[in-house]
Amino acid sequence: MKRFALRERTRGTPRLGPRIAALGTMIFIVLGIVAGRLYFLQIIKHRDLAQMADRNRIRILRLPALRGLVFDRRHRPLVDTKPSFEAAIVPEDSPNLPVTIAHLQKLLGVEGLEKKIDDADDQGRPDFEPVIVAEHLDWPQVVALESHQLELPGVNLQVSPQRHYLYDSLAAHLLGYVGEVSLKDLDRLPDYRMGDEIGKFGLERSLESTLRGDSGGQEIEVDAVGRRLRLLREIPERPGDSIVMTIDLDLQRTAEAAIGDRTGALVAVDPNTGYILAMASKPAFDPNIFAEGISSAAWRELATDPNHPLENRAIQGTYPPGSTFKIVDSIAALMDRAITMDTSFFCPGGIWFGNREYRCWRKQGHGHIELHRAIVESCDVFFYDVGEHLGVDRIAAWAHALGLGRKSGIELSNERAGVIPSTEWKERRFHQRWYPAETLSVAIGQGYVAVTPLQLAMMAATVANGGTLYQPQFVREVDALDGAVVKQFPPIVRGELHIDPKVLDEVRDGMIGVVNAPDGTAHAARLDNIIVAGKTGTAQVVKEAQGVRTKETALPMKYRDHGWFIAFAPADHPKIAIACIIEHSGHGGSSAGPVVKQVMEKYFELYPAQNAQPAASAAERAVSEHVEPLDE
Amino acid sequence: MPTFDRRLLYHFDWTVFSLALALCGVGVLSVVSATWGGSRHALDPLVVRQLVWVGAGAALMIGAALLDYRVLASYAYPFYGLAVAMLIVVAVAGHSTGGSRRWINLGVFNLEPSEIAKLAVVLVMVRYLREDPPKGGWGPRHLVIPALLLAVPVALVLKQPDLGTGLILMLITTTLIFVSGLNWRVMAVLGLAAMLAAPAAWRFMKPYQRERLVSFINPQSDPLGSGYHIIQSEIAIGSGGKWGKGFLKGTQARLNFLPEQTTDFIFAAYAEEFGYIGTMTLLGLYAALIARGIWIARHSRDRFGALLAVGFTGVIFWQVAINIGMATGMLPVVGITLPLVSYGGSSLIAMMIAMGVMISVNMRRYLF
Repeated sequence: MKRFALRERTRGTPRLGPRIAALGTMIFIVLGIVAGRLYFLQIIKHRDLAQMADRNRIRILRLPALRGLVFDRRHRPLVDTKPSFEAAIVPEDSPNLPVTIAHLQKLLGVEGLEKKIDDADDQGRPDFEPVIVAEHLDWPQVVALESHQLELPGVNLQVSPQRHYLYDSLAAHLLGYVGEVSLKDLDRLPDYRMGDEIGKFGLERSLESTLRGDSGGQEIEVDAVGRRLRLLREIPERPGDSIVMTIDLDLQRTAEAAIGDRTGALVAVDPNTGYILAMASKPAFDPNIFAEGISSAAWRELATDPNHPLENRAIQGTYPPGSTFKIVDSIAALMDRAITMDTSFFCPGGIWFGNREYRCWRKQGHGHIELHRAIVESCDVFFYDVGEHLGVDRIAAWAHALGLGRKSGIELSNERAGVIPSTEWKERRFHQRWYPAETLSVAIGQGYVAVTPLQLAMMAATVANGGTLYQPQFVREVDALDGAVVKQFPPIVRGELHIDPKVLDEVRDGMIGVVNAPDGTAHAARLDNIIVAGKTGTAQVVKEAQGVRTKETALPMKYRDHGWFIAFAPADHPKIAIACIIEHSGHGGSSAGPVVKQVMEKYFELYPAQNAQPAASAAERAVSEHVEPLDE
Repeated sequence: MPTFDRRLLYHFDWTVFSLALALCGVGVLSVVSATWGGSRHALDPLVVRQLVWVGAGAALMIGAALLDYRVLASYAYPFYGLAVAMLIVVAVAGHSTGGSRRWINLGVFNLEPSEIAKLAVVLVMVRYLREDPPKGGWGPRHLVIPALLLAVPVALVLKQPDLGTGLILMLITTTLIFVSGLNWRVMAVLGLAAMLAAPAAWRFMKPYQRERLVSFINPQSDPLGSGYHIIQSEIAIGSGGKWGKGFLKGTQARLNFLPEQTTDFIFAAYAEEFGYIGTMTLLGLYAALIARGIWIARHSRDRFGALLAVGFTGVIFWQVAINIGMATGMLPVVGITLPLVSYGGSSLIAMMIAMGVMISVNMRRYLF
């Protein structure tokens, strides 16, 4: 067959055949490249691109769980959630966005909504995702939005739960507050997302995992413009569990009212369990302002307030215990046989030690005095002598055993340990040896000694219950939403001190005298029908100059001493133990004493004492010569 | 018109015919898939129309095959004139969608003269180039007339604007001039000139065309703007994987992430559902059709027939390469249909006629 096109021609004339072949070769090389590209996309990059396809079409909506409620010991609500209204806008649904925004701003009386939409867009807001432009709307704003709905295309009213503290600042330091999760927390908490609520302080923080519950979610298929097409999967949220506290609402209120506008703290505990009945710290703050989204100005004001309203003085305030520390001296001296109950010292109103005078608060002195009267009248010289006989380390050992100078183990962050000095402590802290004269200051609870009100309350409870140191707790149980008990918190014993019951009786007798004897320093705390045992204390803020006796009221407020009072009642079978400090109030008997009295009165009004009920007899407890090592 | 010969029936090229229909089948399947709505599970009117066009196209293909291709030489210039006239009508009174005038409204359907112009340009070039080239090949002075014949329709389609068709017209003319015997030195000079002219082309581009070019070079520069189409198309193709998501199960097309999913980006919709196996099958069908076209060109009895086969095979090839190259992110986005597969009557019927002519060339190599 002859082929017209491929016939041999004159030399140099292009032939069709080879050119077609060249074209064919080029074509198949190109098709090969296309096939290679498809192999790359569909086989090699398949996984990545398939994921991207899913990310395109699936949008995850999180449904945050409702935070658990908080009740007092009698199941009365203290913290719940209330609806909070917010205005949301879907810019794609508004045909004339600037007009809608202008109208909305006028109705709400706010500005800068445009910027919020721009910010959301900058952060990659997908189309048709609403932007929340105004939160925490008040009632007139909600009504305005509702009634102008038709003029506001794309604008929706949304409801979100907001933490609500029913009694405002009541027990604020114990309950704490919530806020938006911080960027730092987001790194370590994988379950949290930007904008989530998290407990920041107090119980809200300590029991975050209990209160929070598990957020649910929806997987929604969307089309290319973001319209929601169908629900692919839904995981329902699990609401947080409720917490039943050990505190009593009425007692807490009484305690806070009794402190009033003064600065101070009070801790009331059940000496037989370590459950906290009331914990007050003043001044306080209103946790609701955090739930509403606190402004940075308001936050600065709270944080820089010289009275430190954000500080929980009950666990974070460390003060010299003053004469309340004589309880420690007494127990230590009797148990270690440094003195007997009949040992008598002479108080001339002060003693010279080294080249310095150590005074008794009573200028004219107490004369010959033994332990009982020394506690009742709070003779300083008696305890200087006791301190000298004991030495600082034995005092420190007993103070530690009674829970002073170390964290109580309460489930709150930022608890401070305070200081109980010893020779070893001073060596470690200052690289100095201990001077015997310093023991005298320690003996009357001054000098380096610093304790928290909670520690003193737990010490009072230990003396009251016959020598068991409990871990203070403020949660009694965790309940599910339907009321079923999820978890209970039985009392936790931190240490058994094995104090000779006779020693404890002697100390208690002294404390009864403090409140009930005519010469007692806390006569103001006496109750008519219940025997209260207590001890006053004065925490020096500044050292008095040598040889000068200043009248307290002549000093400027910030240099005045803090007044302490610790107590328990009824003295024979104690139901409540309290420590209270009122800052810069001078003598504890006249300032903290009446506060404790009011709380005691309220307690016995709420929980009348059964006279027939004998206390777990101190005599039944084991007698031991030494202090058991404590587990911490 | 030469007399009809019974022997023709024995020589009818079933290979081209069945490959063309197989590609039409892939097209109908893809159009069904791309229009399968989330809520309404029914055949879209688009599918019905496409089926009608496949039927009409098949009939016209047989008709074209039965016609002796040699008579086409005498109709080349009138047909070219008609195509240019239609392009002028479009420019004056065309029906516009999406910012460009491409259609003439004929009541029953919208005719897209750009597709007619492809046939006309192939025909008129082949008519001119069927003469044997002089010693040394076509020189510059032989190229004046083809250049003018090309310039008129190209200018008219670029005006619409339809960059894709303009590009195809230029590529196919170049292909034909090369194959029919272009002087090597002229070719080298022209190639160099084209490279130097590229920056100048930038100045004549419309903003959206420039945007496409920029986003092709870097799709992430504007992921929600013009780079969006490239990214979404790659996602669709890649997410298909080896076996594909299955017919009617593609999410990229179904949920409208793909643009132009029945026309320019139909390959992505197809690739998502049928996977690598599917794309290789489709590419194989095209390769077979192209190979057959080249075979026909080499076995043709005359230069006219050979160049017609080269021309139509070239149209198929360039469109496939550019369309898939664009869908896979290798080339910038230009509006070019996937021949015989994309939705659209004018394009489909023009290609079916071209295939018919190719069959005619093959049938008649035995006759003289």
